[in-house]
Amino acid sequence: MTGLSPSPYGGQVPVLRIGDVLLVTLQGDLHDGTAEQLQQDVSEAAADSRVNGVVIDLSGVEIVDSFLGRVLADIAAKTRLLAAETVVAGMRPAVAITLVELGLTLPGLRTALSTEEALRLLGGASISPRYGRTRQESP
Amino acid sequence: MQTAGGLSACLPITSDLDLVWVRQHVRQAAAQLGFGLVAQTKLVTAASELARNTLVHGGGGQMECAPVNRGGVRGLRLTFSDEGPGIADLDQALRDGYTSAEGLGMGLGGARRLVHEFDIDSSPGRGTTVTVASWVSAPPRPREER
Ligand SMILES: Nc1ncnc2c1ncn2[C@@H]1O[C@H](COP(=O)(O)OP(=O)(O)O)[C@@H](O)[C@H]1O
Ligand SMILES: [Mg+2]
Repeated sequence: MTGLSPSPYGGQVPVLRIGDVLLVTLQGDLHDGTAEQLQQDVSEAAADSRVNGVVIDLSGVEIVDSFLGRVLADIAAKTRLLAAETVVAGMRPAVAITLVELGLTLPGLRTALSTEEALRLLGGASISPRYGRTRQESP
Repeated sequence: MQTAGGLSACLPITSDLDLVWVRQHVRQAAAQLGFGLVAQTKLVTAASELARNTLVHGGGGQMECAPVNRGGVRGLRLTFSDEGPGIADLDQALRDGYTSAEGLGMGLGGARRLVHEFDIDSSPGRGTTVTVASWVSAPPRPREER
């Protein structure tokens, strides 16, 4: 293969906190082990701190198979127990089309076109230029 | 292990990491053959499901990847084989939602939907071989000739 060296994501996926929301950005091709670790990290982060939502940015992910699909669904189920909601953001159209044909429905997962839209969906938190916390009180 | 063109290969499937290589190889081979983005994604996803089955249920094995040409239409054939326990009831295994382990039970049936041709050969005690093929354009005379 012409010099294309794969770089499998064997490391950890960072879990960022923005206001009341956990932001997880998945990139490239995840090991099964990395995906399972992520599931644990998100559950712990969500339990540790009062969060009202989890945003999983999938814009850098080229495929979602039933293994990763189950990990995403499990994260949603666990965070729901903590009264938080999970939104999957930026899923590529080819990935979404494939998921439907594969037969995965991903129960409990809301979807958004972008991370920004996901944060808006979750209400309250939004990204300020310095990733600070912005409160949006209802009038 | 790989030809100069980089399309043909025989890759071992014995660990998590091997699943990553399988996906990357299928992606690159499909792209090189001219598969569109959606078609690539479907084939890679099917390969990921089948390779994981080879690893998890079959106890490890290999994937052979070969370019094929039928009546001028180019395609890719992937063969996943193991010498694991085999599958006693194929209909059951192919049913959506059936899993003998802790999976979602969508891999086999889902992979079949994602490719143009799907063939499974398995017998208890001897192992399992799943062969799939997809074509760059509409499949030529589908489900004939093997
Ligand atoms: N290579 C294999 N060797 C033995 N059994 C297999 C193999 N592939 C699939 N199976 C059987 O078929 C079932 C369904 O497979 P699949 O649809 O991929 O679901 P899952 O992998 O989530 O269990 C598996 O649970 C297993 O019992
Ligand atoms: Mg499976």
